[in-house]
Amino acid sequence: MLKIENLNVHYGGIHALRGVNMHIQEGKIISLIGANGAGKSTTLKSIMGLVDKSAGSVIYKGEDITKAQTIDIVKKGISLTPEGRRVFPDLTVKENLLLGAYLRKDKAEIKKDLEMVYGLFPRLLEREWQIAATLSGGEQQMLAVGRSLMSKPQLLMMDEPSLGLAPIIVKSIFEIIKEINKNGVSVLLIEQNAKAALEISDYAYVLETGTVVLEGPGKELITNDQVRKAYLGA
Amino acid sequence: MDFVRDNLPYILAGISVGGQYALIAIGYTMVYGILRLINFAHGDMFMIAGLMAVYAVTWMPLYVAIPFIIVLTVLLGFGIERVAYKPLRSAPRMSVMISAIGVSYLLQNAALYITGGLTKTYPNIPFLADTITVFGATTKVVTVVTPFLTIGLVILLVILINNTKIGMAMRAVSRDFETSRLMGIKIDSVISMTFIIGSFLAAIGSILYFTNYTGVMPTAGAMPGLKAFVAAVFGGIGSIPGAVIGAFIIGICENIIKGLGWTTFSDAFTFALLIVILIVKPTGLFGEKNIDKV
Repeated sequence: MLKIENLNVHYGGIHALRGVNMHIQEGKIISLIGANGAGKSTTLKSIMGLVDKSAGSVIYKGEDITKAQTIDIVKKGISLTPEGRRVFPDLTVKENLLLGAYLRKDKAEIKKDLEMVYGLFPRLLEREWQIAATLSGGEQQMLAVGRSLMSKPQLLMMDEPSLGLAPIIVKSIFEIIKEINKNGVSVLLIEQNAKAALEISDYAYVLETGTVVLEGPGKELITNDQVRKAYLGA
Repeated sequence: MDFVRDNLPYILAGISVGGQYALIAIGYTMVYGILRLINFAHGDMFMIAGLMAVYAVTWMPLYVAIPFIIVLTVLLGFGIERVAYKPLRSAPRMSVMISAIGVSYLLQNAALYITGGLTKTYPNIPFLADTITVFGATTKVVTVVTPFLTIGLVILLVILINNTKIGMAMRAVSRDFETSRLMGIKIDSVISMTFIIGSFLAAIGSILYFTNYTGVMPTAGAMPGLKAFVAAVFGGIGSIPGAVIGAFIIGICENIIKGLGWTTFSDAFTFALLIVILIVKPTGLFGEKNIDKV
């Protein structure tokens, strides 16, 4: 579905990505783990066209989107739930969700998807008219994920969805990710919480200082010594 | 009661000029809300709108000239953003500000070149320039029309911002460029829209203002521009209701001071007010609090 080849990014004077190769298969959950500053967020941002690439290519469904504009990438069905949630604080919950559907014109379908998101996150329906700044961290994360879903993505990329959330909420976020995936959305997940991510992933990549140093099925990587030592603390 | 009766002409003039400042101030505050830029060229654009009317009426009838200058002013505002600010989108904010100051001087000098430095007389717009008597005070129709027109336009603007898709996008962009792009919002179109609205209101403001103060010269935009800017800061820059309320307060206070016989100090009052606000409440009446992003 998405093929990243030899991706290089120079970012504020540093060589942040040094030839990243990844392959995201349709219908799977893929995770990308690695330490702070390894280049995980940069990878996702450069896929979205938010960061300029200095070399390499990104192919989505056979189409070269290396130089595409963010708006066109969103139109093609890729959505990024950014790190730190980044909900629009002075807009209501409903407005935030509608912004997710900004490029869509199918009003009836948008309404259906709004109900689908409220079904997935009943808390958001309860708070439909509240401004997003008044939500708790977990609720804001739900809103950020819901907002991404409103663009009807075929590939959903999530940057640290569990960051700073209470353990019980983290668990439900991972449940939701599985459910979204079951509904046919491919997922590319960045996580600090490597264990939880690997457990639900079909395949995973380990990133270190801008290159993929290890890859394999999620369940295999959990038992890998190198990964255990560096990321699972065991 | 005597005070009100004696000062009624000044209060009326204050409300009127306040409305005119408000129409300019909205342009400052909206552009600041989105780009965090003080658009120094805004006051000069207001002056150019005035000059365009002076020349337009020599070529065409008034009812054509008015929509014509409004459209031209909007195009000018749109063009200034595209040429002078857009290429600097990722440059430090200081560079954009310097560019704005450059545009301001460019417009003033262009006006100086065209007019030869002479003060031009603004065309007489029949209905607006007629005199009427309000509670015994004689004034121009424009004085009475301005506050209503201003408030009507502000209500329309608030509806646009709160209830339409483009309004929602404007509020989103004013908060977070990058996430807005992730939603598929074209940042540049939203910014252009802000300049279009700001220029449109400034054009209306110029028609009202120059009908009252009929001398148009190259520096005619400086004072009203500065005062509108003070109004925007007073109300809390970035806030539309703030700018409107600030503009009315400044307009009224200024004219009451004139009514008391201290005309010399009326401008000084406005700027003294600016200093006091910046010391006491730098975010203004309705200024945004900085919400720390997690």
